Amino acid sequence: MFRAEHGRAVAVLIRVFGDIDVAEEAVADAFTAAVQRWPADGLPPSPAGWIITTARNRAIDRLRRQASRADRHAQAALLHARDEPIEEGPVQDERLRLIFTCCHPALGRGAQVALTLRLLGGLTTTEIARAFLVPEPTMAQRLVRAKGKIRDAGIPYRVPAAADLPGRLQSVLAVVYLIFNEGYTASSGPALVRADLCAEAIRLGRQLALLMPDETEVPGLLALMLLVESRRAARTTAGGNLVPLADQDRNRWDADLIAEGQAIVRDCLRRNDPGVYQIQAAINAVHSEARSAQSTDWPQIVQLYDHLSTYDRSPVVALNRAVAVAEVAGAEAALALVDGLDLGTYHLFHAIRADLLRRLGRDVEARAAYETAITLTDNAAERDFLCQRRQSLGE
Amino acid sequence: MTKYLLAIYQPDGGPPPPEFMESVARDLHAMNQDLKAAGAWVFARGLHPPSTATVVRVRDREAMITDGPYVEGKEHIGGFWIIDAPDLDAALGWARKAAEATTLPIEVRPFQDVPEY
Repeated sequence: MFRAEHGRAVAVLIRVFGDIDVAEEAVADAFTAAVQRWPADGLPPSPAGWIITTARNRAIDRLRRQASRADRHAQAALLHARDEPIEEGPVQDERLRLIFTCCHPALGRGAQVALTLRLLGGLTTTEIARAFLVPEPTMAQRLVRAKGKIRDAGIPYRVPAAADLPGRLQSVLAVVYLIFNEGYTASSGPALVRADLCAEAIRLGRQLALLMPDETEVPGLLALMLLVESRRAARTTAGGNLVPLADQDRNRWDADLIAEGQAIVRDCLRRNDPGVYQIQAAINAVHSEARSAQSTDWPQIVQLYDHLSTYDRSPVVALNRAVAVAEVAGAEAALALVDGLDLGTYHLFHAIRADLLRRLGRDVEARAAYETAITLTDNAAERDFLCQRRQSLGE
Repeated sequence: MTKYLLAIYQPDGGPPPPEFMESVARDLHAMNQDLKAAGAWVFARGLHPPSTATVVRVRDREAMITDGPYVEGKEHIGGFWIIDAPDLDAALGWARKAAEATTLPIEVRPFQDVPEY
């Protein structure tokens, strides 16, 4: 209830008062009141409506007290509230407005992510700080600064005009995918996966897909996250060690998530308006169809990577394509592609190179490449996996 | 309406060739006409180079005057606009035109809405 309704309530209240802090405080008040009242009085007919109305009334009471002490901010928020009738209807639009505000390009990526998790996800500052392994005061300061910039620089609460939408939507999708990826391979720390962040990203992805059904990249991102998430249980051993795709027990993949993801990919294909998220989702859909690594349709995966590289020429895409090429044309051909890439500081570049060298029997070079990969990763589970691989080559 | 400062960040050194400056001047004129037509114009002007700058400090109620800009860097503010815009997106739209006209980076900053002093 809290997670589901928090973002909606905050979005409506920001609209009413034109001020993020007033909205957050009001919604927190209303949830506190709900915890006190509902167990005794029973659930109101419309809990979401109750939260919004209570939050609005409490905020107005509080602002009146402050405004009488000549608090300019409180006066401004009250004035704003008088002009903004509370709409019970299209509240979904309010959340959409809010996510475009949170992900405005005038804010740094770190601030975009933190604001999105705070305002739409309802995570506390403590939770966000823990998720990104930064000290809580640092995260609190980041949020205060971002909210201050929204207020003072006049970042609007608005879904961008059609002409700006593709660019601005990219920023929203990038934030959601970054939250997912941070959850899926925590960039540092003991656990490989932080499931809470994955769940939150998927929840945001589902909301966006409902709110913007005409933008095919939105369901594309959702499908990508669902299909990757479907492998989570198989991706680590009971002891927390990483299991590569080829060695995963495919019976442990989540069939429901796969079915949902595949259905979205099929729908995207039918609409024929491809983009980077949809193509990556399609690649994952091909993996999810195969009963084993050997029976995977690797030529189709190479084709999809070819398609992806026409949208995204980054060397990381080329690196992933080379992994698929190894299955179609052999490790030698793949290694030639990998060696041409300028990715010396990326640990997976060295890990993939090491694996190809190992398959070619070039153990000395493979060991050296594993060593480099190990020094470049901060994730403990990935590091353990790479250490095992290196040890299997002997000294 | 908020007032925004659009500041032009210009590399130090001599002026670009005259034929380049001519096309910049033409584009800037067109942009300023657009600003006036949209009711967004408040003020705009180019500045003389930092070599013409003077800094004043007061210590013990005495003015100390020194030659040169306050901060020496690789860039300086070459000129600026003050505009009226309903929100940051509108201000960024004008900044984009300014960046296209000058081919230089433009810093956008909001003014405080009520005079504090």
